[in-house]
Amino acid sequence: MTSAAHTWEPIATRKKKTDWKRYGWLAFFLLPSAIPLAIFVFRPMISSLWISLHEWNLISDMKWVGLENYSKLLSSDQTWDIIGHTLLYIAGYLPIVYFGGLALAVLLNQKIYGRAFFRSAYFLPVITSWVVVALVWQWLLNPSNGLVNQVLGFLNLPQPGWWTDPVWAMPSVILASAWKDLGFVMVILLAGLQAVPGDVLEAAKMDGTNAWQRFWRITFPLLSPSSFFVIVISLINGFQVFDQVYMMTGGGPSGSSQVIVGQIYDLTFRYGRAGEASALSWILFLLIMLVTAFQLVGQKRWVHNA
Amino acid sequence: MALRMSKPFTVKLLALSTLSVLALSACSQGSATKQETAAPSEGGDPKTVVRYMNFSANGGNEETLGAIEAAFEAANSDIDVQIETLPYDDYFTKLQTAVAGKTVSDAFELNYENFVTYAASGALAEIPVSNAAAYSPRVFEAFQHDGKQLGLPVSFSNVVLFYNKDLFDKAGLDYPTADWTWQDEQKAAEAITDKAAGVWGDYQPISFHEFYKALEQAGGSFLNEDGTAATIATPEGEAAAKWLVEKSGTSMPTEADGAGTPDFDTNLFKEGKLGMWHSGIWMFGGLAEVEDLNWDIAVEPGDAQKASALFANGAAVSATSQNVEAAAKWVEFLTSSKEMVDLRLEKAWELPPVADDALFAPYLEQTPPANRQAVIDSLDAIAMPPVVVQQQEMQDIVGEELSNAAAGRKDVATALKDAQERINNVIK
Repeated sequence: MTSAAHTWEPIATRKKKTDWKRYGWLAFFLLPSAIPLAIFVFRPMISSLWISLHEWNLISDMKWVGLENYSKLLSSDQTWDIIGHTLLYIAGYLPIVYFGGLALAVLLNQKIYGRAFFRSAYFLPVITSWVVVALVWQWLLNPSNGLVNQVLGFLNLPQPGWWTDPVWAMPSVILASAWKDLGFVMVILLAGLQAVPGDVLEAAKMDGTNAWQRFWRITFPLLSPSSFFVIVISLINGFQVFDQVYMMTGGGPSGSSQVIVGQIYDLTFRYGRAGEASALSWILFLLIMLVTAFQLVGQKRWVHNA
Repeated sequence: MALRMSKPFTVKLLALSTLSVLALSACSQGSATKQETAAPSEGGDPKTVVRYMNFSANGGNEETLGAIEAAFEAANSDIDVQIETLPYDDYFTKLQTAVAGKTVSDAFELNYENFVTYAASGALAEIPVSNAAAYSPRVFEAFQHDGKQLGLPVSFSNVVLFYNKDLFDKAGLDYPTADWTWQDEQKAAEAITDKAAGVWGDYQPISFHEFYKALEQAGGSFLNEDGTAATIATPEGEAAAKWLVEKSGTSMPTEADGAGTPDFDTNLFKEGKLGMWHSGIWMFGGLAEVEDLNWDIAVEPGDAQKASALFANGAAVSATSQNVEAAAKWVEFLTSSKEMVDLRLEKAWELPPVADDALFAPYLEQTPPANRQAVIDSLDAIAMPPVVVQQQEMQDIVGEELSNAAAGRKDVATALKDAQERINNVIK
């Protein structure tokens, strides 16, 4: 026993020393990204936690209120309405953007004429500014003279009030968002599709499977890591939706399309309630963390990791 | 490659890293607290720098403000004024973040509606005024808070009824006069409206600013006497709201027609497709440039009484400024000097807040509009905006509930009752 302990100790000490050196270098090489992260992410996060415990209109001195901002938000119907609108946005946006992106990826993974052109064309909205996209969609969905309603009128279909109608304001935002993000999802899934080994598909073909069976039984499961990535990213983006709402509806009419980040902005910069806004930011942070953690745990059931 | 280094070197490396983090953090701090000085004046002493942030010079009057600044610096060689002009839409976001970040300029512009929020928050320094009699008393007092002069009026402007003479002639109608009531306006608007030709009789934004004014025209008041509760769910409130929303779709374009989008009403009037338009005197310059547009103005029609909207902008000195005295000197010059009055009137850039009406003579001589006197006549009965600390929230609530009523989502009485309840929850 004594001799075993004797041999064990020096190894541990040596290992510790190596680690110390390794971590020193690691820290050094991480500095270029760690410094901005500390200044622009962690410091504001800690500040916002501090602000969330105060009443503050940005102009006057801060007044300590403890957890009052949190309790006020959680007991307000408006907060739950806004969380509901955000979830409604996600529920509409995610399926369209995922299945739409998947369909496009599958289509543009075939050897079709003009494939490179279509791939670029579908990706173009992704790199276009939200300001431009929102203005274009506002025009397309203009209730009286927009292109969409003109086509619907031509087909004798009902013409919704789109962003001027509380019922249709959120679907308007969902449509524009899905159109803009479709290309991003397509590119990720396209990369995933190209990583599916051709020999497996060929073997399946020789075994007499049809195209649908190959897609559903082989391609789709093998695409699951890409799908998982797309869904996680889209969900996080969904919770943080802001630009398009701010540009297209401003949260209206009558607050019907107000979302969490929009409310954080309004509370801070319009209504001078930075404390409540910071508290809402932390509620959003916890919500996203919870959903992402849930996904990470759940992924073991359906994501095929190589 | 294995990573090898000695322990002292690692310690040095980490110490260096920590130092750089601290240095960078320090860089990210604002520099508002330092006393700024510029190049020396003729006497050899360094000049005191006064930074001034404003929105009202944006979009065409930057040079006029620059000329006022030059006149001030000529008279005060020891002060260097540095002007920052921002668009109105971004101005208050920038201002409050600058106050929060302690980087706010020494002096800045505030409109009357936002003045109370800043004054009540302790962000403004008291301004010693050497000649209070130079100012029009009503706008001068508007920038007092708790008995202290925390701002000085920079300019004011008001809202009048613009009308297209050709459309009135075509409909065989008499032009609006100062005696007109809502009923006269409505009758004329209906006669002029020709939806098929895209011609509308009237346009008045369905907004907080139009509502509080219409409410006073109907004989009501937005807030109770001590300003602690809204009093809009009243018969007068209903009359005012109905006056605004019931025109929508009959003699006035709706939101779906494009109403509310930027410049919609301006363009409609400029194209000669709008009979009457409730808008501000700041539109004179733009309209004068439109060829073949035959227009004039009248005092806005009233109901139980006359009431015209008055917008006042003021200038304040930051409580955290290191140069309060110099900043106050600039603010007083900017708001009451003869140079400022002459330049403002010459360039038709809003109106100077002076007590002496005779100074307006050169302004009144300019045309169009021919009836410029209506601008001064409107001041006989003015309605100042109701002001509370939670101003923006109150304004948004009114706008939202009025648009609910205009779109038929709520009847007028319910919309006003809901608005009143929501406002009282916010301002209590």
